[in-house]
Amino acid sequence: MSALHPVLARKGRLVPFLSLAIPLAAVLTGLLARPGAFRFGEAISLSWLLAFVSLFLYLSVWYVARAAPLRGGPLLRTILTHAVSAMITSSVWVLLGAGAARLLVPLWGESFPSRYAAQVPALFSTGILLYLLSLALHAVLLAFEETREAERRALELQVLAREAELKALKAQIHPHFLFNSLNSISALAGTDPARARAMCLYLSEFLRKSLAFGERKSVPVSEELALAKAYLEVEGLRFGSRLSVEEDVASDGEKCLVPPLLLQPLVENAVRHGIATTVEGGVIRLEARRTGNRLRILIENPCDPEAPPRRGTGLGLANVRQRLAARWGSDALFAARRLADRYLVVLSVPAQVAE
Amino acid sequence: MKGAGDTGVLIVDDEAPARSVLREMLSAQPGVRILAECANGFEAVKAASELEPDVVFLDIEMPKLDGFEVLELLSPEIAVVFVTAYDAYALKAFEVHAVDYVLKPFRPERLAAALERARDRAGRRRADSTAIAAAARPPGTFLSRIVVKDGASVHVIAADKLDLVEAQDDYVRLKSEGKSYLKQQTIGGLAASLDPQRFVRVHRSYVLNIDRLARLELYSKGSYAAVLADGTRIPVSREGHVRLKALLEPEGRPR
Repeated sequence: MSALHPVLARKGRLVPFLSLAIPLAAVLTGLLARPGAFRFGEAISLSWLLAFVSLFLYLSVWYVARAAPLRGGPLLRTILTHAVSAMITSSVWVLLGAGAARLLVPLWGESFPSRYAAQVPALFSTGILLYLLSLALHAVLLAFEETREAERRALELQVLAREAELKALKAQIHPHFLFNSLNSISALAGTDPARARAMCLYLSEFLRKSLAFGERKSVPVSEELALAKAYLEVEGLRFGSRLSVEEDVASDGEKCLVPPLLLQPLVENAVRHGIATTVEGGVIRLEARRTGNRLRILIENPCDPEAPPRRGTGLGLANVRQRLAARWGSDALFAARRLADRYLVVLSVPAQVAE
Repeated sequence: MKGAGDTGVLIVDDEAPARSVLREMLSAQPGVRILAECANGFEAVKAASELEPDVVFLDIEMPKLDGFEVLELLSPEIAVVFVTAYDAYALKAFEVHAVDYVLKPFRPERLAAALERARDRAGRRRADSTAIAAAARPPGTFLSRIVVKDGASVHVIAADKLDLVEAQDDYVRLKSEGKSYLKQQTIGGLAASLDPQRFVRVHRSYVLNIDRLARLELYSKGSYAAVLADGTRIPVSREGHVRLKALLEPEGRPR
């Protein structure tokens, strides 16, 4: 928040602010035109001056309200601060009013200042009331500004999360995978042109889908699985009988929406840190089903119990964790476990479907 | 097995298509005899000691033993050509240590050139394999397992199961889970590859896994002995004691 009062910070706010003097002057006129105080004309002239002075004087409450906010902070100190501030502000107002009374002598005669002095107790009390009114208005204003600030910060965070997501997506296609696939195609081109062509097609499908996913905010699980299958087909040609895939997907699970490429790092881990580390290979199991209002996805793969974790295992998992948190916060559950010779990843998120 | 003048070649890759493209292109080269194809590191080490190839074409990421571990276990006269898809750190290590390599996928000419260089090199000793492996590791990462060849068999010792390393002339004696293994390597080279938060060179001839340390005993003024959980006592030099202290009592923690 800036050091300048919000009313003075923008030109457009000044006129509505100054127009507050009208009701204020009216109320003060009513007070000062009491029988035994001032005549009506005297009361009007003094009220206008007092009203304009108070408008600017009570703007200073803004700074006090910020220094001693009504919420938070020790209660006693807040009360004391505002009590002292109210008395000072009101005294200054009454003194400035005395100055105004002196200015009006040519109009209403020599006795005007002394008649003003008789009204000081009433005006001082009014000054205190004005202070409280101003404090209440400023508290509302501050709360409003705080809410806007919080909204702005939340929006900023959202933008940052989205950027991080996109950056993560761009890093998805591993050069290692790409070059190995191209090498397999190069190998098959000589011996088995039909399979080489099939591999080109699967690889293109995988790349095309990956690129298209980057543009979207959510994709159904069915599309995520189709991408995983294209990827696993490519890897299947590399690893041959070492890689087989089992799927257990319910149709209500397939319809649920997830951030695009959420499963891809997990499927890649299952191949790279699972299948690729074992001599015999094995089965990669993919499960997706909806239970009530939750979507549960499971990915399981064999791994060599003796192999140390290969470089980069943690990166894929951290990526998935981050993106789940960005989308669902603590509503998303994620667990990765290494069993004796299997590796298991389970995630559970709120089930959402397209409108 | 080999004809006179032929170059005996071993192909090592866990992916069948990758082996087949190597076989196809190498067979087209004159004077090459492919002795065997191996799908993992263990097979490669076994085949190399039985078939005595001149050149081994070696993949890096493989199950059981990776390419660098296989390299360590091959006899130093065998020329090695690494065959890899992509590994920024490994490529830097190959450049620094003048190791031959080809990148997948490759042209036949590139493979032929690598074969030619390897033929020239075959029979001469290679650069230190542990230095190459160390250079290929990303900064801040350390050896996670140690491979030892024992006759025809290969032992793999997980670094966190390693208790103690003792220098013995040109060899190191590795102690792990009550067994002891002899490996041809300098203790300095091995110590440099191990995680310094865990392994301490307590003496010119000893590297200790700090998790196994039971207590330190004062021998005489300024000279200590480390007592291990199993009762083994090893000498601790003055410098070793300083290193041990630094690790056990990091700065900012009370002594």
